[in-house]
Amino acid sequence: MVWVVIAAFNEAATIGNVVKDLADHGYKNIIVVDDGSEDATAKAAQEAGAVTLKHNINRGQGASLQTGIEYAVTKNPDVIVTFDADGQHRPEDIQAVVKPVKEGKAKIAFGSRFLGKSNVPLHRKLLLKGGIALVWLFYGVKMTDAHNGLRAFSPEAAETLNLHSDRMGHASEIIEWVRKEKIPYVEVPVVIKYHTTRQGHGSYIQAVRVFFDMVWRKLSQ
Amino acid sequence: MSIIQILALVFALFAWSRVILRFRGREISMGELFFWSLCWIALILLAIFPQQSFYFANIFGIQRGVDMFVYGGITLAFYLVFRMYVRMEKMEQGLTKIVRELAKKK
Repeated sequence: MVWVVIAAFNEAATIGNVVKDLADHGYKNIIVVDDGSEDATAKAAQEAGAVTLKHNINRGQGASLQTGIEYAVTKNPDVIVTFDADGQHRPEDIQAVVKPVKEGKAKIAFGSRFLGKSNVPLHRKLLLKGGIALVWLFYGVKMTDAHNGLRAFSPEAAETLNLHSDRMGHASEIIEWVRKEKIPYVEVPVVIKYHTTRQGHGSYIQAVRVFFDMVWRKLSQ
Repeated sequence: MSIIQILALVFALFAWSRVILRFRGREISMGELFFWSLCWIALILLAIFPQQSFYFANIFGIQRGVDMFVYGGITLAFYLVFRMYVRMEKMEQGLTKIVRELAKKK
């Protein structure tokens, strides 16, 4: 059984469709963690059929994913998938990340937008490649896409995950954890729907935050 | 005594009195009382005997006593910011833990 975990903050406009789209593709076990939204995210998710957990105050995407994953582990899943709330992932790509984990080829499968045919806009590409270089520099892991929200975890791996980066630094923390614990992983090609994602200056500010988060984690180790 | 010496002296005495009051109110530990008392006494001595600070500054290879005080102050401030950041980070993680447990209990 596949459990899909979605962290959502003020996503009332999109979360309902994302959950319905997943259900239409056969993924009925969906956990939405409403991260202290000020809009009707929780209601929209619940009405669309998801199990909804609510953070009383905003704690960040990393914290929400950890909450959702901890909850999913208690449901005896075969695989746990993390999926973004803004509709940038395609439900049909879930099968690609789930397969290697189900077949026991890896404990974690990371979706990668740079494997296969890439549709990434140039400015985004530069930012993401910078992130990949930093992850390689900091943790010595060569990923093709270090910040993709579509991943699949085996329940054994998910059980040992303990994210400390509450905010955006969780993606690099997962990679650091995979290296430290020597968890077998694979990367599989997935497609990001760029026309639906919110872009602009926000992604640059976010990149700076992720960088400081990585530096801080290094310093405090 | 110049105006700056008087101001430094008054401020240091005021700050030291706050430290003692907070210790009496059991808000800070004995260690913290000792540390902060040392800092403010040093400032009091520097304000009263500015010339003597040259002697200590020279030991560290610094020409002026005031410079030594500024260097020391900046270093201390950085260290305290770091400590506060660590403490804040711990509190943030504690908060997340509580929020998470509440969310899972739904």
